[in-house]
Amino acid sequence: MNVSLVLIVIMGALFAAGVYAMLERSLTRVLIGFLLLGNAANLFLLVVMGRPGVAPFFGSADSPEEMSDPLPQALTLTAIVITFAVSAFLLALIYRSWQLGQADTVHDDEADLAIRVRAAEDEDTMGDEISDTDDDATTDFVGLDTAPITVLHSRDFDALRDDAPTDSPTGPGEDGR
Amino acid sequence: MLVLLGAFAVLPLALPWLVGRIGARAFLVAALVPVAAFVQAVLVAPDVFAGRTPFETYVWIPQLGLDLSMRMDTLGWVMALIVTGVGALVMVYCRWYFDGKKDGVGQFSAVLLAFAGAMYGLVLTDDIVVLVMFWEITSVLSYLLIGFYHRRGASRRAALQALLVTTLGGLVMFVGVVLLAVHVGTTSMSKILATSEIWRGEGGALVNAAIVMILVGALSKSAIFPFHFWLPGAMAAPTPVSAYLHAAAMVKAGIYLIARFAPTFALAEPWRPIVISLGVFTMLLGGIQALRESDLKRVLAFGTVSQLGMLTAVLGYGSRNTALAGLALLLGHALFKSALFLVVGVIDRQLSTRDIGELSGVGRQAPTLAAFSMIAVASMIGIIPTVGFVAKETTLAALLEYARDDAWALVALIGILLGSALTAAYGIRFIWGAFWTKKDAAGQPRPVTAWPDPPLGFLAAPVLLAGLAIVGGIAAPALDAVFAGYADLAADPAHADHVEHLALWHGWEPALFLSLGTIAAGILLFGLVRVTNWHSRVLPFTSADAYNLVLRGIARAAVATTTFTQRGSLPVYVGTIFVVFVAAEATALLSGGDWQIELEGWHTTMQLVVAPIMILAGAVAVRARKRYTGVVLVSVTGLGMVLLFATSGAPDLALTQILVETVTLVAFALVLRRIPARMGEHNASVLPVVRAVIAVAVGATMAMIALVATGARVADPISDRFPELAYELGHGRNVVNVALVDLRGWDTMGELSVLILAATGVASLVFVTHRADNLSAGTASMPTGVIRHRRPLVETTDGPRPRAASPDSTRQTWLIGGQRVRPENRSIVLEVIVRILFHTIIVVSIYLLFAGHNLPGGGFAGGLVAGMALVMRYVAGGRYELGAAAPTDAGRLLGAGMTLAVVTALAPVLFGAPPLTSAFFEAELPLIGHVEFVTSTLFDIGVYLVVIGLVLDVLRSLGAEVDRQAQDLRERGVSVA
Repeated sequence: MNVSLVLIVIMGALFAAGVYAMLERSLTRVLIGFLLLGNAANLFLLVVMGRPGVAPFFGSADSPEEMSDPLPQALTLTAIVITFAVSAFLLALIYRSWQLGQADTVHDDEADLAIRVRAAEDEDTMGDEISDTDDDATTDFVGLDTAPITVLHSRDFDALRDDAPTDSPTGPGEDGR
Repeated sequence: MLVLLGAFAVLPLALPWLVGRIGARAFLVAALVPVAAFVQAVLVAPDVFAGRTPFETYVWIPQLGLDLSMRMDTLGWVMALIVTGVGALVMVYCRWYFDGKKDGVGQFSAVLLAFAGAMYGLVLTDDIVVLVMFWEITSVLSYLLIGFYHRRGASRRAALQALLVTTLGGLVMFVGVVLLAVHVGTTSMSKILATSEIWRGEGGALVNAAIVMILVGALSKSAIFPFHFWLPGAMAAPTPVSAYLHAAAMVKAGIYLIARFAPTFALAEPWRPIVISLGVFTMLLGGIQALRESDLKRVLAFGTVSQLGMLTAVLGYGSRNTALAGLALLLGHALFKSALFLVVGVIDRQLSTRDIGELSGVGRQAPTLAAFSMIAVASMIGIIPTVGFVAKETTLAALLEYARDDAWALVALIGILLGSALTAAYGIRFIWGAFWTKKDAAGQPRPVTAWPDPPLGFLAAPVLLAGLAIVGGIAAPALDAVFAGYADLAADPAHADHVEHLALWHGWEPALFLSLGTIAAGILLFGLVRVTNWHSRVLPFTSADAYNLVLRGIARAAVATTTFTQRGSLPVYVGTIFVVFVAAEATALLSGGDWQIELEGWHTTMQLVVAPIMILAGAVAVRARKRYTGVVLVSVTGLGMVLLFATSGAPDLALTQILVETVTLVAFALVLRRIPARMGEHNASVLPVVRAVIAVAVGATMAMIALVATGARVADPISDRFPELAYELGHGRNVVNVALVDLRGWDTMGELSVLILAATGVASLVFVTHRADNLSAGTASMPTGVIRHRRPLVETTDGPRPRAASPDSTRQTWLIGGQRVRPENRSIVLEVIVRILFHTIIVVSIYLLFAGHNLPGGGFAGGLVAGMALVMRYVAGGRYELGAAAPTDAGRLLGAGMTLAVVTALAPVLFGAPPLTSAFFEAELPLIGHVEFVTSTLFDIGVYLVVIGLVLDVLRSLGAEVDRQAQDLRERGVSVA
């Protein structure tokens, strides 16, 4: 496929410029970079179209070879409109960022920075989680209100036979009653 | 069996509700399922004994060869009886234990029953992969059961620890199972175990590795060193759970697996060294630890660890006589250990403590409990006439015989003798600690702990289980007949003449004297421990420490990884993406080779003309200090694109690009008027050199890709047939437009979705506090007459109102919103021009929409032109004018457009055609003439509406709403940039 060196040079330059701007902290520059990248990507599609021909209308040329390739054009058309939509979204982001902080700069994420600070603290919290504070409890009922299960009538008889050394008032040997 | 498994799966779903209705009594209902399973197992007993193994199967995943098959041979039968029998008793016990408790009991009962079902499936399934699944289900459910008291940190940690250890083992085991199943070629356990000596010869190393991995799973589940530490920790569970999971069921899963595999694999090289050395070591370690503890439950826990070690060694030995003795030990352990746990549960429930130091004189008040505890302990120590005695004596006799010619048997024998002495010591200590009246330092009896009598039902389960220990001892000959069905699987030709039998009385044999000797040693040891009050550790470190170390290590690694990768800086993230992109693409480009490049300097002179302009504009744009300079320079590159498109046979692209450039510039202007023109000093560029290097690398890589990719296009492009298709299928001459709305309509559908998302995103960012559409609110309050007659707006106390239509004043205004624009911003000339041009432009946009099928134009271009008309109205007349001009809300336009597109796309489906098929109508109409209509035009109208909606959304958000917010600020006296 026949390609034009000039187009490739423009494309490379726009890609480089776009990436350079996108690596900034200023959101406006990021947007500028994004638009440049969008144009560069569209140029890429133009390069892929190969040698230009007549506009692709049915009957405008005798054979498809004489027409420009319509498929990259359809893709480019889609890309142009989407670039507009996304840049509008970025503009809204810039406006909101300015409204909130009077700056359109992306600062380092506070939560991520906090993790680094916390790394040392975590040692302590991990220690807390592992330590054996209430591992030594010798009952299932830690911090729970619980009362023994008793049989009502056995207590009544208890009064009668105080000294009965048994599970039950009726004497030893019978199951717990 | 499968039906019962289904019941185990379904009933738990109803239990929480049932507990809510009838409280803890629901446990009795739950117990019905294991009881049914128990009865079923008893009923099929004749078949099992006769060798007519009950087998049920249900094809589950035939593609993987997985079946839900249940096979009840002798081992499975015994295990099923233990699992369901103890399970039912524990549930009856729970009815009392949880009497009057509310928190989480519903879920607890459901999980407990489901766990019983998982164990039932685990011991009966014949498919080894399904076994692993049940295995993991028990791990997860035991996590929930151990963590029942989830408000206690100790409970949560213990639950997590048990889960991590057992699932780690389970995963390792799964690898082993898959290796083994693939090697043998079946997942059926009975077929795998029917093989002989597959660890020898070809693939033997693989089989051995698989065996070791399966052992890792079994040992971790059964709490064998070095995995033993999770079991004492798991004592944070409610005591019924400990009785069931940690005595009868879950820890027995590992033992079951060892027992299942031992007859076939005991002679594989790694088997006996691992099983016997770890088993014996665990037995001694657990026994010694049990002597140190003062918590009755932990005494039992370490005792369980010790006993599991013994079971591993004996059942893992894998010869006929040890298999017989091992199964008896297993049954005995399940009975006495769950009985003892339940006894501890009774004590804990009644006294809220189970500390040896706090209990005194309980035995005299609770003789029944004490008596049956003593029976259980007798079974544990091996005192006639319990099943424990029978099993222990048979074990010793069998090992004595094997030890003559096998060193591992000797190791096991010595270990078990030492361990039995320890068992006797901590067994006695348990009875002493729970029931005896203790003396304080001065030798005086400690005050007796008051004992509230528990109801009969609460005691039923431990009493019954302990009683069975005696029944089992007396019924030893019957057990012998049954267990032989399993033991005979382990063929043992070398000792064929020496066949042991389970019997209550063997006569005065060496094994009896050894057994008595261990008991005597145990009594001495108990006395020694009591006198010396010994509490020091056996090992300088604990496995739990190692576990904690590993956990901390993982946490540290996670923090380190997060700190390293999550820099929190946008440029670093974006830069990383680009660097990876360059590295990946460059590697691919450099490692390829054979490129065909067909290069020309330029195709058209226009390319030569715009090249320097675009490159220069791009380079300066990124260095611009003022925002607007940068934006305008970017527009210059965009206009360069227009020229390139126009001269490359792409009129549609040129048209769309120029419209988009204009709208983008307007949108920029709308936002930039609110923020300072210069980019501040704190926006100063950082690391420009690094960024330049990355930028140039990306540019060069993309250029290389363009060269290589175009060179690689050797086949005929599919678009060669597009013109023909466009005309014949799409009935349009404009190939690009037909491609968008017909040939590649799905792409456009996706694009429309992106547009709607972006528009919604813009609106949400700007209308961040309220989503109400101020645009319509601003105009809805005006009488329709305002818009129809274009009365000038005047400020009143009620807000903007039209000037009263007095008879003498019929004055009209050019734009009704014009009055609301601040005088210094107002331009009458602009208003007049907009007034004249607006409708013309709308007509042009509609023309572009419909002409687009055959001529340059289409929905995108038409929509953008209509959007431009709205932009003009807004710029000239302000936000009220926009409200008057906009046909409806932006959201409605977007929604209507998308709906139209989707309906057009899907309508053909109703007629049996693929989506997006277009239909063509033509007719001769009077006056108008020949009319052609293609349904894809409707799709294009959808595109048109969505594009207008997008532009309108941008205008009302970034324009009208930003105006309103600025006005708010002005009214509050804040200076506005």
